[in-house]
Amino acid sequence: MLMTEDRLENLTLHHSVSQFIYMEARLQDDHQYDDWESLWTDDGVYWVPANGVDIDPEKEMSIIYDNRSRIALRVRQLHTGRRYAQEPASSLRRTVSNIEMRVLDNGEIEAFSNAMIFESNLRGEFVWATRNIYRLRKAGNSFKMAKKTVILVNNDKALYTLAFLV
Amino acid sequence: MSANGHLDFGDRIQTNRVHGSLYYDEQLFQEELERIWYKTWVYVGHESELPNNNDFIMKSIGPQPVIMVRDKNGDIQLLQNRCPHRGNQVCVREKGNAKLFTCPYHSWTFANSGELMGFAFPEGYEGHETADKSKLGLAKVPRVASYRGFVFGSMAEEGPSLEEHLGGAAEMLDRLCLTSPEGEIEITAGFLQHKTRSNWKFLVENETDGYHPAFVHSSIFGVADSGIGNLYSNKSTALARDYGNGHTEIDLRPEFRKADVPLQWFGTTAERLPDYVAAMNAAYGETHAREIMVDGTPHAMIYPNLFIAEIQLFVIQPVAVNETVQHVTALQFKGAPDLNRRMRQQTMGSVGPAGFLLADDSEMYERTQRGVQSKNPEWLFLGRGEQREFRDEDGFRVSHATDETPSRGIWRHYRSLMEA
Repeated sequence: MLMTEDRLENLTLHHSVSQFIYMEARLQDDHQYDDWESLWTDDGVYWVPANGVDIDPEKEMSIIYDNRSRIALRVRQLHTGRRYAQEPASSLRRTVSNIEMRVLDNGEIEAFSNAMIFESNLRGEFVWATRNIYRLRKAGNSFKMAKKTVILVNNDKALYTLAFLV
Repeated sequence: MSANGHLDFGDRIQTNRVHGSLYYDEQLFQEELERIWYKTWVYVGHESELPNNNDFIMKSIGPQPVIMVRDKNGDIQLLQNRCPHRGNQVCVREKGNAKLFTCPYHSWTFANSGELMGFAFPEGYEGHETADKSKLGLAKVPRVASYRGFVFGSMAEEGPSLEEHLGGAAEMLDRLCLTSPEGEIEITAGFLQHKTRSNWKFLVENETDGYHPAFVHSSIFGVADSGIGNLYSNKSTALARDYGNGHTEIDLRPEFRKADVPLQWFGTTAERLPDYVAAMNAAYGETHAREIMVDGTPHAMIYPNLFIAEIQLFVIQPVAVNETVQHVTALQFKGAPDLNRRMRQQTMGSVGPAGFLLADDSEMYERTQRGVQSKNPEWLFLGRGEQREFRDEDGFRVSHATDETPSRGIWRHYRSLMEA
């Protein structure tokens, strides 16, 4: 996806957005909850739809549809040590790829990636596959997330507990 | 098992303890399907999920898929998703609108009320004595009945009526519908499906186990500044009730009546939902509307698979001895859009695979499933509150909200079904 006419500028932007996405993935894998929470804008929306990609989250059930205060609540719950679905925390490693992006008219960046997440927990070992869509705003030398949409490939099926940060 | 098929559970189910093997015995699971899931009334879906004639939606009875259809006459049908020819599934869509179901394998075509409309290449059946179209329709669940829009099916041709099965528990569904200014609930928000590696009975028992919330859910009650935890404290005036036939509830009304604040049950205030309050006042008159809004909705487990959790509807589906799916959605009250919006928001936060509450419940189900397979002490102790249990004015067993009166009632009914 073309961003500007300037190829070097495009490469630089692609690189810095990719670095941001990798960092977010690492913070999630390592359960660095506060650092992860700091990546959000004040109006951030964290959305994991259920039953396809084209549902209206205001009308239909989503797996996660957190506004900013609910993102904070999710993190606070993880910090209690009594969020049993993450106590002990899952061991996680995710691989992120297929990063593409475009600059929107309002200056925000829409970025796309695929992720494969390997989770090991008390139940066993599990693989999750996702399509991630970010809306990023420039913040200093990096970005903040105004929206992250995580489309699980199998979000129309019955899923085991998903209590880590996806 | 004796030769005539009679089972005796006296050595595994006693008044206040049950044997751990009841949760992991694979052969027993097959028996449960025959004696409970394919026999008694099982909740399937809600009439509002099929607003138009010819609407269909995929549902289940136990592990088996069932197509719930509103046929061309507007009647609700429960059809088996199995072509009578070679057994192929005739429908693989989750929902839609269709007058006909055509099996893709050999193109047998059925009306949405089940009747076989036609064979492909009919010459091959002409003159065949058993190729009788009237006998080769999609099989129907033999008995279908609904109560207040809740549709139940029974795979048994004969047995107690739905009203007999619900018994005193029907009042909980009445109470639920009263919360709507139009007296009806609707299921329109789609379902989350949450899978757990645990036996279905752990889920059924947990739904009205008032002992666990103070501990399992302390993380979210604490950080969300929620008043729910107090409802299940040692000092709570809430009650656990056993309605018989396996139906149970945690009756939170004593706590809400003590507080006497409309909509406190929903963690909100009348000021925040002015349209809803106005609609309720218009529908019921201010005095009765206030009582309804103080009391709130029930926390009700209708055996074996319908759980009304105040603002959510859960359907419990056993798929294997150690695998259960919870289908969950927000309850929606007809004529209450402002209330419904909050119902959906709170439901999404609480339940499903990432829910603040249910992810931790599910974690307990799975740990219990693993733990119970350790051989010693073999039994689960369900005696809490047995000594302080009493009968309410309707004759139902009642005790403190944290007592195991519901579990004991569930097992009493289980034993009667399995030994029948």
